[in-house]
Amino acid sequence: MNRPQREAAVRRILEEVPVPVPPDLHAEAVRRGGRLLRRRLLAHRLMWLLLCAAAVAFTVWAVRAQPWAEPPSQTTVPLTGW
Amino acid sequence: MRDRQASRDARRDREFEAFVAGAAGRLLHAATLLTGEAPDDGPRARRLLVPALAHTYARWHRLRGEDPYECARQYLATRFAHEAWRHYGAAGRARPHPRSPLAELAPQERLILVLRMFEGVAEEQTAALLGLPVERVHAVCDRATATVLHPARRAAPGAMGTRVAPS
Repeated sequence: MNRPQREAAVRRILEEVPVPVPPDLHAEAVRRGGRLLRRRLLAHRLMWLLLCAAAVAFTVWAVRAQPWAEPPSQTTVPLTGW
Repeated sequence: MRDRQASRDARRDREFEAFVAGAAGRLLHAATLLTGEAPDDGPRARRLLVPALAHTYARWHRLRGEDPYECARQYLATRFAHEAWRHYGAAGRARPHPRSPLAELAPQERLILVLRMFEGVAEEQTAALLGLPVERVHAVCDRATATVLHPARRAAPGAMGTRVAPS
């Protein structure tokens, strides 16, 4: 038996017994797929919420602390009466 | 906006129902061959197929021209590969049913044979999907083909010897 014949024989063996499809397969798949989508949506919303909260917190901190402003020098004496 | 979303979802549901009506039989057949269960009673095949269909349903809007059948088949194959790997050695749990045509094969042989012969996936694609070299897929497929065509008439050890004739 050469290769194409062997492959055809195996295909026949694999195909020969029909498998009955249970009727509620579609409903269950839709139920679980919908649950998956809802969970994904919730996770996305939570992520955005967290991101927004982090951005707001950073802005408030930055405005209050002004880390870019140079702090007044504490080592040299202020130059007066010049 | 909300109306458009609703109509999109309704269309998705219609398309998905048509897809399941057309493809579920073949996918379930493939899953039953993979798990090595009897054709008319495959709880494990069903447990394999339902998540694959659910995954396809959840991805429906993002398929963008990709074949949903291929998406489901790919999920099915990778999930089976992971499960076979995880339950490696747990022989009692996953013993194939003797009425399955692939009862004598190991899980990986079943997976490769089903992808190559039943689903007609090319050797290179099978290798890429399973993360194996092409030569290995070729060799395993050949060996599995030979085993299916010429099943060794191995008597189960202990099946004959331990039976005690009634006195």
